[in-house]
Amino acid sequence: MAGKTDLRRFPGFLTVTTLCLFVLYAPLIVVAVYSFNASTSITNWGGMSLTWYVDVFIGPEAPKFQRAALNSMIIAVCASVIATVVATLAAVAMTRAGRFRGKTLSFALINLPLMVPEVVTAVASLVFFSAIGFTTGLTTILIAHTVFCIPFAYLPISARMQSIPDTYEQAAMDLYASPREAFRLVLLPLMTPGILSGFLLAFIISLDDFLITNFVKGAGIETLPTAIFGSVKQGIKPNIMAISTLMLVVSVIFVSLSWLVGRMGQDKKKNN
Amino acid sequence: MASSEIAVSVDQVVKRYGSVTALHGVSLDIRENEFFTLLGPSGCGKTTLLRAIAGFEDVTEGHIRLKGQDLIDQPPFKRPVNTVFQQYALFPHMSVTENVMFGLLRKSWSRQEAERRAQDVLELVQLSDFAKRKPGQLSGGQQQRVALARALAPRPEVLLLDEPLSALDLKLRQAVRMELKAIQRETGIAFIFVTHDQEEALTMSDRIAVMSAGHVQQVGSPREIYETPVNRFVADFIGETNLLDVQVLSVTGGVAQVLMPGNRNFKCPAAAVVNAGPGHLSVRPERISVCAEAAGDLSATVTGHTYLGTDIQLHVKLVDGEAMSVRLQNAETTLMPETGAVVGLSLEAGAARLLAD
Amino acid sequence: MAAGAPMGAGNSSRIYKGSGWKLLFPSWIIIGIFLLAPVLMMGVYSFLTKEFRGGVIWQFSLDAYDQFFFDRGLFGDEPPRLEWTYIGIFWRSIWQAGLATLACLLIGFPTAWFIATRDPKSRSTWLFLVTIPYWVNLLIRTVSMKFLIRDTGPLNEFLLSIGVIDAPLGLINTNFAVQLGLFYSYLPFMVLPIYAAVERYDFSLSEAAADLYAGRWTILRLVILPVVKPGIVAGCILVFVPSLGAFLAPDLLGGAKTFMIGSLIEEQFKGNAGNWPFGAAASMILLTIVMCVLLVYARNQNKVEAR
Repeated sequence: MAGKTDLRRFPGFLTVTTLCLFVLYAPLIVVAVYSFNASTSITNWGGMSLTWYVDVFIGPEAPKFQRAALNSMIIAVCASVIATVVATLAAVAMTRAGRFRGKTLSFALINLPLMVPEVVTAVASLVFFSAIGFTTGLTTILIAHTVFCIPFAYLPISARMQSIPDTYEQAAMDLYASPREAFRLVLLPLMTPGILSGFLLAFIISLDDFLITNFVKGAGIETLPTAIFGSVKQGIKPNIMAISTLMLVVSVIFVSLSWLVGRMGQDKKKNN
Repeated sequence: MASSEIAVSVDQVVKRYGSVTALHGVSLDIRENEFFTLLGPSGCGKTTLLRAIAGFEDVTEGHIRLKGQDLIDQPPFKRPVNTVFQQYALFPHMSVTENVMFGLLRKSWSRQEAERRAQDVLELVQLSDFAKRKPGQLSGGQQQRVALARALAPRPEVLLLDEPLSALDLKLRQAVRMELKAIQRETGIAFIFVTHDQEEALTMSDRIAVMSAGHVQQVGSPREIYETPVNRFVADFIGETNLLDVQVLSVTGGVAQVLMPGNRNFKCPAAAVVNAGPGHLSVRPERISVCAEAAGDLSATVTGHTYLGTDIQLHVKLVDGEAMSVRLQNAETTLMPETGAVVGLSLEAGAARLLAD
Repeated sequence: MAAGAPMGAGNSSRIYKGSGWKLLFPSWIIIGIFLLAPVLMMGVYSFLTKEFRGGVIWQFSLDAYDQFFFDRGLFGDEPPRLEWTYIGIFWRSIWQAGLATLACLLIGFPTAWFIATRDPKSRSTWLFLVTIPYWVNLLIRTVSMKFLIRDTGPLNEFLLSIGVIDAPLGLINTNFAVQLGLFYSYLPFMVLPIYAAVERYDFSLSEAAADLYAGRWTILRLVILPVVKPGIVAGCILVFVPSLGAFLAPDLLGGAKTFMIGSLIEEQFKGNAGNWPFGAAASMILLTIVMCVLLVYARNQNKVEAR
């Protein structure tokens, strides 16, 4: 029903969408292309080469970035696992425990990390850790990341739980399942897609963080974003572009994965 | 009736949600091997009562006994009753067989025995060919039968059904009614069936409890409920009826002498509680016939017709302005008065009932 | 308990009744101790006396707020005058964030609309395309933007080589660059809620309006925009709030002229030049602004739901 009669169509909206996608992708694509530049000058094109990728892995700065990447991974895995478990418990409480005192307050608390501006969270964490005499380091980064990962893990999990009517658990109990069995055999399998996408979301958010990490990290400890930031302050070097491109690829793989997981969940739902 | 024949005894059950009372001291006895229906409009408390029997609702006061044993403190997973849920609640991540076996495995049946039982029950509901499918791959009617099989598999003492047919389309619903009734006969388990659909209740039940506003209004066989309603609510809710405001002159031996609108006298059976004074006379539209104006129990003016296929509904107005409807069979022999005609209405004396408010 | 509602809907199953607090305990411990307590502590710090070389002296003082709002001259003995430096920084931040939000709206609404009116299959692909950049590290995106638009970057090189311009555009270190960066950072936040609202939009409303002689743009103005307004408002909040306290875009794409709240606060806690109570006070003021915006939003949301 295309054409003048279709009320869904507005002239120019396609152009704007194209412009939107162009703005979103142009910088990323340009950096990805220039990361293959053979020239040491970052702006002049000197032909295709993998020089800078080789440099990332065995160049003079390689150990620093590898250490930083390892730190990022450790923190992201630990923070997102803890956040997912905590968020799952919270989601069960919020969607299944009925009404109780302080429920609204608890909801606000879980979402607090989303409401407090990041820079405030960052400095507040720094001040707090130094006040209670916590030595800054990997642990402080891990704690701070866990805090702001919780709401991100919570969102998809609770959304999923809200779409699961509690008749499933009632049916399980009606069929002689104890509460523990009802959770393990019925609720948990149904929640899995939500838990998985909550975990992936938390993982990416943790990998992504720069500002808070930059404040709570101890001297000498770097994650990938803080290492890149430090390096960029002295000017954009080609190896940064190679690292950026690698991270971009990792992100895209991750998002595609979580997208597929989400789709699986949706297809299942359609079949019901 | 001997108490051993009673499967479920609901004894003075009260349920309050804060200031709202959903059940006002409901008492019912459901017999063994009986198809028992809780019928009423939405919000009447029928689902609450069913959930209380299943164990999903705590009751505020009263007792629910199963074969003489008090269930009140038992959690749902310890009550030997099973439920067919309104939206079925089939576990979407399990196959049909796994769904049916679920309850058996929780009751510590061996896998082998559970599988055999699942096969038997699926055969009973004619779904053996779909055993390996997931619920999402079944039609609504098939899902409904899986839900039934799942609830029957553990051999419950009583089966609870919460409007299980409401999600099906009309044609299928009619076919499933007969099937459900047959399965109840075959298994010999008492079924407690919740519905707001009176036709469903009338066609399937051995006995019906009509509920309204948290009270049981009447318990009886479909015929008793339809033909001898005890009050206005039951008469009005079950089927179609005309309720006439009349003056009761005298009541003797269950027979009442009343003064109809238009001041003609009429004699009819009365519900036990009726006294002299203003009353309500309930007459089913199909129990009225049209006659000459002077010969009728009532005088009325025809205001219109509605064509219903097998019947024609005649809309009439009485002298006091009250509207009534009359059903006449759609046959060549039936005399059909024109709109505007003044006719007499003759009521079948045995079918008219005088009711209390 | 209406029988019309499916059995159990909205009713809590007995299983978790009363265990709400047990299940929420870990959340309270982690977020309560490591975010709520620190933020409250910042509130306290903003009323303390500053210690040179960072830190605080436990002595009540309003100096931090005084320094923020008033100027008492070099030696602090002149009558207080309103100090515009910091208010100016806040005002510029609000202005920058507002412009970025507006840009996101102008680009985001048509995009969201366009995507929501595709057929369901290609819809998720379009949505996916819009969200991918969001998942790429914010730092990397900002660095990429800096690389692209700087004076010797590919954009200027390209425009110079085809002769559209004869001198670099000079985009970097301008307000425009910061807005572009913020726009780029948070655009998906605008698209997603509007998309969700448009997806729920009932197109028979458009048809009814067209039937009553409304033209395409009249329908947009009088029917569509009011109906999807909750989505638009949500999108604006989601872009405006993080933009206000943003650090990376102003820091990397802007210069000294484009100093924003984020950098102001950061400066107070990094190195020895810092003034913790002052930074804490600036944080509290920022937090207050954000909370006010969210509160107004929540109020409106409740009103919408109550209708």
